[in-house]
Amino acid sequence: MGFLEKLGRLDRRWIFLLIAVSVTIPLMLQRPAPVKPSPIVRNLYTAIDALPPGSKLLLSLDYGPSTVPENDPMAHAIARHALSKDLKLYVMTIWATGPPLISNLFETVIIPGFPNKTYGEDYLNLGYKVGNQGLIQSLTSDFRNQYTQDVGWGDIAARPVGQIPMMSTIRTIKDFDFIAGIGSGQPGLKEWVQFAGDPTGTPVGGGVTAVEAPLLYPYYPTQLVGLLGGLAGAAEYEALLVENHPEFGEAAQVALIRMFPQTVAHLVIVSFVLLGNISYFAQRGRRRK
Amino acid sequence: MKRTIPILITAVVGGLLIAAYFVPAPFLASADRLIPDFFNIIAAFAFVLGGGNLLRVHLTKISRRDHEWIYSVVTVAGFLVMLFAGLLKLGTGEGGAFHWTYDLADGRLLYDALYQSVFTPCQATMFSLLAFFVASASYRAFRAKTPEATVLLIAAFVILIGRTFVGGWLTAWIPEPFSEYLHIPNLSAWIMSFPNLAGQRTIQMGIALGIISNSLRLILGIERSHLGGGD
Amino acid sequence: MDWSTVQLWVGALLTLMIFSFLYKDNPFYKFAEHLFVGVSAAYWMVQGFWQQIVPNLLAKLAPGSFENIIEAARGQQPELVYIIPLILGLILLTRLIPSIAWFSRWSMAFIIGYTAGSNLPRYLVSDFIKQVEKTLALPLVATHADNWLQWIMYSVSNLVVFGGVICGLVYFYFSKEHTGAFGRASRAGIWVLMVAFGASFGYTVMARISLLIGRLEFLGSWIRSFT
Repeated sequence: MGFLEKLGRLDRRWIFLLIAVSVTIPLMLQRPAPVKPSPIVRNLYTAIDALPPGSKLLLSLDYGPSTVPENDPMAHAIARHALSKDLKLYVMTIWATGPPLISNLFETVIIPGFPNKTYGEDYLNLGYKVGNQGLIQSLTSDFRNQYTQDVGWGDIAARPVGQIPMMSTIRTIKDFDFIAGIGSGQPGLKEWVQFAGDPTGTPVGGGVTAVEAPLLYPYYPTQLVGLLGGLAGAAEYEALLVENHPEFGEAAQVALIRMFPQTVAHLVIVSFVLLGNISYFAQRGRRRK
Repeated sequence: MKRTIPILITAVVGGLLIAAYFVPAPFLASADRLIPDFFNIIAAFAFVLGGGNLLRVHLTKISRRDHEWIYSVVTVAGFLVMLFAGLLKLGTGEGGAFHWTYDLADGRLLYDALYQSVFTPCQATMFSLLAFFVASASYRAFRAKTPEATVLLIAAFVILIGRTFVGGWLTAWIPEPFSEYLHIPNLSAWIMSFPNLAGQRTIQMGIALGIISNSLRLILGIERSHLGGGD
Repeated sequence: MDWSTVQLWVGALLTLMIFSFLYKDNPFYKFAEHLFVGVSAAYWMVQGFWQQIVPNLLAKLAPGSFENIIEAARGQQPELVYIIPLILGLILLTRLIPSIAWFSRWSMAFIIGYTAGSNLPRYLVSDFIKQVEKTLALPLVATHADNWLQWIMYSVSNLVVFGGVICGLVYFYFSKEHTGAFGRASRAGIWVLMVAFGASFGYTVMARISLLIGRLEFLGSWIRSFT
């Protein structure tokens, strides 16, 4: 058996090992990758950046632990951006797995990064409700009927929405100035476009996992202001944020650091495909002779 | 009772919602507010149904001592511990009894502790296994056997390299104005925004037409296979 | 040992158990898999109960009984209209009792009616009409550009979208034989779809690697906790 044939019959566990090594070693270096923002990411950044202080931004964390490495950096970057621009940040989720991710956002980004902001006046935890797109549809007609109270935070107990300053002007989804959906499937950003953005005219943007990102391009730019596609999209948003807000430092460069092992793994997979094809064509050529 | 009433319910609910979308009448606006509201609540009961079904299947497996029934014991034990921890809002600290007003994502609850230590690592690791399988599949099955497959392969290569900083380095030598399109990251963005958009839009429009026609068939009672037998 | 350490260790061991599947299927993997199934089913059930059934159903039907748990229920009047989803929800659970399982069809009919009725106009508007509009509104000859190359590329790009959508739709049209000009358009449609699938493949690979990075970061934090 020739070398190329052996290559074609390589035990898949060697491939697994190579992938693990190609991710682990660059990850240990903890170096942010140099990333250049693409137009679709820049559009989202510009749209949020252009909102006047006091504008109401609804951030929906519609994902679970399985896609946290891709989605968390997006949600965290948008939350940082919104609060640094003095926007009012309303956080919710239409995924049952979302509430702990909201807690994590508060614990790791908002509380340490924005100690001068007040819960209930600058940011709010609305939590989770069941219903998928049904929930979004309910919010377009009566927000308060679904969210009768907030979730509270830490020792701050839940309060009826009538007692929360940030909720005084919210009746339906139309009262928000921007909807940012961070999603990893259905229901997610697509449903925010179909059930909230298109019927009410409220601008929608956000980020999704790389698996879903190509499917949402037909909505861009009129139905979807901008889109962060996977870890690379999150890294591009972080690059813009760090460029304009260097005070955020390394804490705001999670996706940028992950893009380094990501790049190495891409190169390894591209090499695998090339090797696989070389082996295939070499064997086919030999068989024809 | 078994078929006629469900067909009527589907027709009335679906018909009202479609009418509410296009006709601005107060009666229809109320329907448009209440029906999704009711749906959200019934969906919550579906979660209970899912849990109940799982319990029934695994208890049956245990009682029959089916193949690998011991793993069903693990499933049932995990289910019951998580269920009671959540429903009773048990705390993890001292005097950890029932914290009725705590949010479920509160770190002081056993429910959240189980979410963080069992649910999160299991779900995240299951999905991360796919990284290995996608690499193995790329190596073994991704062949440029036909012109169409070659187009697919080239597009994938440009995207894979273009979404990283290496793509920028490899084509840094291309002069202006050509670099605006031939620089690999720019080429990758172009592929996504134009040919990919065209392909995805085609598929999206096809799916939309399928959903529209199927929804109409359901509302008009033409499609009844989901109802099963009986009158 | 405090709770966070216990959580870290349990999480790390379950992660390793699942990764062990990469070598081959084994009892450790099966244990973690079955535990996950049980825990996640209960997770969803509890979320449904506390986040929806209690505040949006029970607290609306009997606010007085729930005002100590749901603050928003304090001083509210019962909303009896919510008896309807309560009945439909309970009917759904009859599926667990084989002799009366057919009753659950009524609730299923409501769910299907809602899904069909809400999806139809929204898919029609967002995924069909607006897409047709956006495709037809593209100027096939660019009206503004900074240089000649940009002018050519703007025009070509718009042509790729316009022609790509038309050819892609031709490929999916099966009521006419794909021969002659129609066949050539259909073939062009396949190429456009192949580029889209290639992009999807590239993005899928990207997504999977990102998830692995997340898990390895977690294992790294576990190993660092030894020191």
